[in-house]
Amino acid sequence: FDAFPEKLLMFCSFWGTSLHCKTCWVMFNPKSESFCTSGTWGRMLSKKEKKLIKEMWERLTPVAEDIGSEALLRMFASYPGTKTYFSHLDISPGSAHLSSHGKKIVLAIAEGAKDISQLTVTLAPLQTLHAYQLRIDPTNFKLLSHCMLVTLACYLGSEFTPVAHAAMDKFLSAFAAVLSEKYR
Amino acid sequence: MVKWSDFERAAIQDIFSKINYDVVGCAALSRCLIVYPWTQRYFGGFGNLYNAAAITSNPKVAAHGKVIMAGLEKAVKNMDDIKTTYKDLSVLHSEKLQVDPDNFNLLADCLTIVVAGQMGAAFTPEVHGAFQKFLAVVVASLRKQYH
Repeated sequence: FDAFPEKLLMFCSFWGTSLHCKTCWVMFNPKSESFCTSGTWGRMLSKKEKKLIKEMWERLTPVAEDIGSEALLRMFASYPGTKTYFSHLDISPGSAHLSSHGKKIVLAIAEGAKDISQLTVTLAPLQTLHAYQLRIDPTNFKLLSHCMLVTLACYLGSEFTPVAHAAMDKFLSAFAAVLSEKYR
Repeated sequence: MVKWSDFERAAIQDIFSKINYDVVGCAALSRCLIVYPWTQRYFGGFGNLYNAAAITSNPKVAAHGKVIMAGLEKAVKNMDDIKTTYKDLSVLHSEKLQVDPDNFNLLADCLTIVVAGQMGAAFTPEVHGAFQKFLAVVVASLRKQYH
């Protein structure tokens, strides 16, 4: 805690303490003795959680196409507004565009999972892409993250325990936050 | 007035006929308390919520999970007017329980994930979409009486 740059913390009126990391707006959980995941300083995920995330994504890499396209399909079905970003692609179930795009996304997430403390470095090119070219409203990252979690729940069944779910949700939130860092 | 397609109606009825209310209610509520720990603020009288294991085995959490599912069943049985069905529940949550309505979405997300885990591949993107729409209507109806 001593090394933590105080000026980069936001005062949280709910917890009554400085708990929001200013860069990635991810909430610090006092029970997990960890920090924000953006590369500037420590971690928000505990060592255990990072290991769990890394292992899970390693296992999912071989089925990246399936997981990725399913998560996208779920997002389009539940949140039709998200389709507006894909008018240039064929996003019908089973399409080649959907598979390759889903694969791209899952592989990027898996890459980030390999070394979570280096997320800002790993995602630097994608940050630029999303901020200056794609300009996807960051609220949509939450929607895709949720659909990714649902896909994992269907795929992993009871293995997707509450603890794994919590760790994965935190990781995807951090990932989304880092992705939107260059927006403004 | 919410319009439900035949597919959506059938999907929702099907989901609720298949899931085990006792298991799903408890699992969804405990997931919510574990994944979004700040929601514990509303459950001060529930005893030990210190870690995931404690929450999952807490009898008050299980009992409350059943209460929540009973509430959802009312919506399933009155899909064409959930808003009116939930009027009193909305007043309860806003005036007595004083729950921040954004929390409804957190519980809804956890419920979706629990149902997905139970149904596996049968929880297709289309069925999932119908379920999200149903929960969105439920959440909107619960928010309705807040002022």
